[in-house]
Amino acid sequence: MAKKTAAIVGSGNIGTDLMFKIMRRSKNIEVKYMIGVDPASDGLARAARLGITTSAEGVDWLLAQDELPDFVFECTSAKAHKANAPKYKEAGIHAIDLTPAAVGPYLCPVVNLDALEDVLNVNMITCAGQATTPIVAAISSVVPVDYAEIVASIASKSAGPGTRANVDEFTETTAKALEEVGGANRGKAIIIINPVEPPMIMRNTIYAAIPAEAAEPGPLQDRIVASINEAVASIQDYVPGYSLRVEPQFDTAREDWDGNGRVGVWVQVKGAADYLPEYAGNLDIITAAATRTADLLAERMDAATSSTLVGA
Amino acid sequence: MTPTTETTAQNLSVRLTDTTLRDGSHAMSHKFTEAHVRSVVRALDDAKIEVIEVTHGDGLGGSSFNYGFSLTPELDLVRAAVDEAKNAKIAVLMLPGLGTIHDLNQAHEAGASVARIATHCTEADVSIQHFQHARKLGMETVGFLMLSHRTTPENLAEQARIMADAGCQCVYVVDSAGALILEDVSDRVTALVAELGNDAQVGFHGHQNLSFGVANSVYAARAGAKQIDGTLLALGAGAGNSPTEVLAAAFERLNISTGVDVHGVMAAAEDVVKPIITRMPIMDRASIMQGYAGVYSSFLIHAERAAERYGVPAWQILEEIGKAGYVGGQEDMIVDVAVQLASGARVA
Repeated sequence: MAKKTAAIVGSGNIGTDLMFKIMRRSKNIEVKYMIGVDPASDGLARAARLGITTSAEGVDWLLAQDELPDFVFECTSAKAHKANAPKYKEAGIHAIDLTPAAVGPYLCPVVNLDALEDVLNVNMITCAGQATTPIVAAISSVVPVDYAEIVASIASKSAGPGTRANVDEFTETTAKALEEVGGANRGKAIIIINPVEPPMIMRNTIYAAIPAEAAEPGPLQDRIVASINEAVASIQDYVPGYSLRVEPQFDTAREDWDGNGRVGVWVQVKGAADYLPEYAGNLDIITAAATRTADLLAERMDAATSSTLVGA
Repeated sequence: MTPTTETTAQNLSVRLTDTTLRDGSHAMSHKFTEAHVRSVVRALDDAKIEVIEVTHGDGLGGSSFNYGFSLTPELDLVRAAVDEAKNAKIAVLMLPGLGTIHDLNQAHEAGASVARIATHCTEADVSIQHFQHARKLGMETVGFLMLSHRTTPENLAEQARIMADAGCQCVYVVDSAGALILEDVSDRVTALVAELGNDAQVGFHGHQNLSFGVANSVYAARAGAKQIDGTLLALGAGAGNSPTEVLAAAFERLNISTGVDVHGVMAAAEDVVKPIITRMPIMDRASIMQGYAGVYSSFLIHAERAAERYGVPAWQILEEIGKAGYVGGQEDMIVDVAVQLASGARVA
């Protein structure tokens, strides 16, 4: 099939990394436009050198073009996406939102893409959400998860001004996604910014409360471990640097855990270094997830078109 | 000449903040009850302590797998403290990334009037929205630059400026690892005083891991710090905090005025806190290692638990944590390190 076209809106670190990621790794998408607001931005200059049509005149310029893209990747801010989203919708462009705006449903491509019907606007949660919801979902597919808690540690150098100014938004969005995407009854998210040199590679620790019997050695526990390992393998398909630091650790039931046991999962996310350095796995995993989402949606769109033709 | 007479001319004064019911919560594995809180607040208030901090050890929202669940919801403890205090203000701690503005609102509604907002010493900009909000609520604000030993006095002063500009009224040099020694403290306090001038006060929060909590507090006061933290019986993370009752006695001897009734805080420590606590903080191999290797004090009990489970000494886990440069809040790394050590792998 012909590749679908995409515009990247926002020419900062995320937008630029995404551009390289799509060019190098996407099967079904080509970047046609790169849109910024600052003519001097490094991202726009790089895009232009790679033959991509660029503009520093924002979304209105994009929507005035004769050839509109099939996809737009929003890499600006929540506020900007809230303003842009109705315009994309009116133009019939699929929006993949990498900001915390959450106009559309939270999406992790390996967890809930198939379950979503309306995918005209989807939200990529947060970097920690991409790294942790698949693990929580893997556990909650085997046993009920009363409560899931994650700790995301990122290198200070990879925490941009947006994250720093809105750290509450980050933890609250991630916590909600542990529930809505991960399937936990209640979620909590913690983010730590660490300035150590050389910069630390992104880390995520996932704790899930599980029924007492699942925390004891046995077939139920084995199924949880197998499910976690499957999730890790499916993420590695688009984030090769995603790995478990240690085997999942089980703690037996405790009274102060409401009689639940606990499973702990320690994850490291090494970035592909498409544009940003390896330690910035947090930025890598969200651009990789966005790319994978667009690839899968492109297949779905083609499948819908061909089935319509068959039907006709 | 005795040390006392050297300082008589300085006429210094400081405000003591007691954080037994917050930092001490670590040593209690977050199991303070409402009755504990009421008795400690009453004793501190009677002894004329002006600010009493009450929260989970890791601040608002700290009740979790990672840091330990609170036995009693912290807002219930805050409400009890507010109800019990006749004169003292009740303070709450919050760490952006863990607690949120929503938590701060709830603490304010519960009657807390001082917001103490803590970040790693180089990451002050994550606290801007929280300081702005706390001031909007009309709360008094204090900023905590944690693990202050990890950066230079000059950098620390720049970070203090970020907090002050966001609405912080007193920036603390926080020796979370008990790693600072004497001039390490006065150099940092001096740099902050020079940077902040009349825009904000400077404070100091010390730990006993290398036994310098009180001496460091004296150096801080002499360098211009106006707020000093302590806990009764040193109850707190690591080898404990600067003991409030010793601070009060030592400052009185040095003619540094605190307004605190020394006999009252000594009685509070001996008669009220001692019968409550389950663990007396001590300088042992693990906690000394925290001061020596610069490790966040509240990692101690978590490291001891991991040591027991994975058969690796706590001091060794903590030493590796220090090498890896983990910061406050990264308690989750302890199990990772313990498992790697137990398997004989290289960690950092």
